[in-house]
Amino acid sequence: MIEVTGVVALYVFMLAAVAGYEVITRVPVILHTPLMSGSNFIHGIVVVGAMVTLGVAETPVEQAIGFVAVLLGAANAVGGYVVTERMLEMFKSSKKEDG
Amino acid sequence: MGLVVQLSYFVASVLFILGLKAMSSPVTARKGVMWAGVGMVLATLATFAHPKVGMDNLTLMLIALAIGGAFAWYTALKVQMTEMPQMVAVYNGLGGGAAGGIAAVALLQGASSEGSVAASLGAEAATLGLIGATIGSVAFAGSMIAWAKLDERLKRSTLTANHQQWNIGLAIATAVLALWVFNTGSGLPILLFFAAALALGVFVTVPIGGADMPVVISLLNALTGLAVGFKGFLLGNPALIIAGTVVGAAGMLLTYLMAKAMNRSLVSILFSGFGAAPAAAEAETEGEMKEVGPADGAYMMGYSDRVIIVPGYGLAVAQAQHKLWEMVELLQRLGVDVKFAIHPVAGRMPGHMNVLLAEAGVPYDMIFDMDEINEEFEDTDTVLIIGANDVVNPAAREDEGSPIYGMPILNVDHADQVLVVKRGRGSGFSGVENKLFFRDNTRMVFGDAQKVVADMVQTVKGM
Repeated sequence: MIEVTGVVALYVFMLAAVAGYEVITRVPVILHTPLMSGSNFIHGIVVVGAMVTLGVAETPVEQAIGFVAVLLGAANAVGGYVVTERMLEMFKSSKKEDG
Repeated sequence: MGLVVQLSYFVASVLFILGLKAMSSPVTARKGVMWAGVGMVLATLATFAHPKVGMDNLTLMLIALAIGGAFAWYTALKVQMTEMPQMVAVYNGLGGGAAGGIAAVALLQGASSEGSVAASLGAEAATLGLIGATIGSVAFAGSMIAWAKLDERLKRSTLTANHQQWNIGLAIATAVLALWVFNTGSGLPILLFFAAALALGVFVTVPIGGADMPVVISLLNALTGLAVGFKGFLLGNPALIIAGTVVGAAGMLLTYLMAKAMNRSLVSILFSGFGAAPAAAEAETEGEMKEVGPADGAYMMGYSDRVIIVPGYGLAVAQAQHKLWEMVELLQRLGVDVKFAIHPVAGRMPGHMNVLLAEAGVPYDMIFDMDEINEEFEDTDTVLIIGANDVVNPAAREDEGSPIYGMPILNVDHADQVLVVKRGRGSGFSGVENKLFFRDNTRMVFGDAQKVVADMVQTVKGM
């Protein structure tokens, strides 16, 4: 019931691809690095998949791989967020608060 | 319970897309990353209520989350702004690794039950799982190599004499092994399959020249996104499908835009690094470099009406951005109109220079993209180039034999005088000689950028 499979998944895939393409069509170069870092953070959602995978792991090998996957996914999400936030923190306009 | 999880994933997906959208304007960017952060926390917490996440491995899960999160938190806070590209490469690689891990467990579970992997997982899921596993492994290995190259831990750009053949061979091997995994049900093919995919990632990335690294990181980022999207298919998880695919598509577009800015096709970046390009077409350089001291350079700028500063990777290496801003503020006090011009691929990541200048406190409305400012060089008295080379090399416009011919450049040679701060006399990161340095209206200041700019600050103070 939670799972999206088959053709429905294909539609979701297609619409998400269009959304991703549209969303960054007009990005100033100034934000390219933060944006890359931000999208890098967003694919940290893989941690959710890793958690589900570890949840269904049975043998020790599966558990070990699942454990590593959760660890890596968590690091992707947390690291991606902190780095992006640190970069964006520094952007300011001379109009609002003079640097 | 299912409904809560479902709704959380839905809200998280919306937040991701809105967040990414907000991140494309400097005014809303911080809000954007915060929304995405809220989405991430929501999705992660909701997953604890996922029916498949039993109590069996809960302790393991919490330990893994804690270790991974703490490690990343610590490293992300400690990393210098100049080292950002490497760090993004590392976190990206970790995500790819996680995607590979998910696939590995799914395939092992398929293999451990009756019949072939394809039969037990279903042909669709098995195919997507294998494709995702390949992409994830390549992204993981490639990102680690990219990190090692940017961090200057790995300097070599060849592993064997015939890289092309190895790449093709490994790609075929990966595909064949994937078919073997698809049709059988044992651990050995799975192991060999992952080994081949990882080796492919290494072999593809090692020969790529440093100048192309920004494009490669962006591509690897997009690949990890795609791998995550495919994992979403495998697990039937909409949050993964949406977030992964959005990043995959956005990343591909970004990669394309970057490659276009360098006038390089993705194929030529991936299959022939700058290092491999024939250096035979090296043009004869005319004239001599004319060296001046930092004080002379400072006077040149102090008596100009308009100055444009072109920063490059050398600025990052020397950590000179703070001193540079100090000098700009002093120049502004003298009534000099100062602007910054940023080439799309200056530094080792798009926008790398913007981040550095922002760190020093330069307001972003003083910073201009190449297209915005390229016409203004003609009315400019002095251009100050700090640690940039290929992005201002007129050979890109004039010398058809040059490996960088056709790349759009900043037309700094249209200004009245050009001042170049450079560490030494050698050629740049890509190894291409720059005739700009030998022109009549060009003056060279040799030395570490931070020291040179500090000297300039002293001089400008006295003006």
